[in-house]
Amino acid sequence: MEKRVRVLVAKPGLDGHDRGAKVVARALRDAGFEVIYTGLRQTPEQIAEAALQEDVNVIALSLLSGAHNHLFPRIVELIRAKGMTDVLMIGGGVIPDADIPALKAAGISEVFTPGTTTTTIIDYIKANVK
Amino acid sequence: MNIADELLGGSRLALSRAITAVENEYDDAVNIMQKLYPHTGNAHVIGITGPPGAGKSTLTDKLAKEYRRQGKTVGIIAIDPTSPFSGGAILGDRIRMNELTLDEGVFIRSMGTRGSLGGLSRKTSEAIKILDAFGFDMVLVETVGVGQSEVDIVKTADTTLVVLVPGLGDDIQAIKAGILEIGDVFAINKADHEGVDRLHTELEMMLDLNQEKTDWRPPVQRVIANRGEGINELAEAIEKQIVQSKQSGQFSIRRTDRTRSELLAMLDEQVARFVRRKLSDYGKFDELVESVERREKNPYAVVDDIMASILR
Repeated sequence: MEKRVRVLVAKPGLDGHDRGAKVVARALRDAGFEVIYTGLRQTPEQIAEAALQEDVNVIALSLLSGAHNHLFPRIVELIRAKGMTDVLMIGGGVIPDADIPALKAAGISEVFTPGTTTTTIIDYIKANVK
Repeated sequence: MNIADELLGGSRLALSRAITAVENEYDDAVNIMQKLYPHTGNAHVIGITGPPGAGKSTLTDKLAKEYRRQGKTVGIIAIDPTSPFSGGAILGDRIRMNELTLDEGVFIRSMGTRGSLGGLSRKTSEAIKILDAFGFDMVLVETVGVGQSEVDIVKTADTTLVVLVPGLGDDIQAIKAGILEIGDVFAINKADHEGVDRLHTELEMMLDLNQEKTDWRPPVQRVIANRGEGINELAEAIEKQIVQSKQSGQFSIRRTDRTRSELLAMLDEQVARFVRRKLSDYGKFDELVESVERREKNPYAVVDDIMASILR
């Protein structure tokens, strides 16, 4: 059996808007991925532990609250501390362009802002997942 | 160190990777399972099944918390359906179990059915063994939402809990066959909803009529899982079933049956693989397909010929 790509779609922090995350989850399912969706208001610790238990290949973070500069790098740090060095981490949401270089430097491979098509995200994952 | 040794040493990452290895049938999967097998057989496996929307995930969450209060560690396998069209899946059972994520005495793994039709995933029984070998006291297996005939869980679990809810249909007779025959313990969830008395009465009547299980009359427990009501009592009912099944010998009969059917299934798989491999050596299979299609040969004779040639 071929390897099945597993993606954790997670919403760190306090915003209660998950329409975007759900649309992405659905699109990833239709692209043949196994999507683990953990719901709203997850702490970085919960997300990192869920990623470990599910042995995901990709973590897709969705965040609209503005706390990405704090939460995204924290999750990367926790994931690496767990020894998961080969996980592809991507982010999406209302994220100012100016913040993106720092997020990438922190270990978020790509950041998708409003207007991105789900096809773009799927293609990116397929091209970059390990 | 390899994955099996790391797992036995307590590494949660190795535990997680071992499940992936068996689920994806990686080359080292059989080797891992061979090393883990001597360490299995200690966990009590509880299957939690029922129709979609019955509250299986919420109940699993609450039962796991009850076992944690008792000082037991809990491994959870939560199964959701794989899309037969895309092969993808949305595994959302964790949403109801987020409070357990950071508990080190708990490990939750979501699995897609990946083509399996019996309510479990293809590698559920291997995943159970991996959690068992890691040392969890209890393994809870939440099936996909089932209808009438997805009863594989009963071959996999030591105790089967069937979760029902009021309001799914007028008459319990409609679902009498199948999942209602496999429950060791029944839970009626959402017991504050309309129709609970009727469902409860019908279920009790049906269980009284069931004469096959003479040594154990499955109890029916009302619960309101999202409020945690009735969970203590449900855990007690399950405990009674565990004790009784061990005393009556039913527990070891089931385990022997399971070992037997697992061995046969593995043998079948190996034989099928062997035959397929020989078939590609055999070469002219496509020609045979065409001649059968043209009615020049009949498929029964072709199969006999192939088997005779392979086993020669």
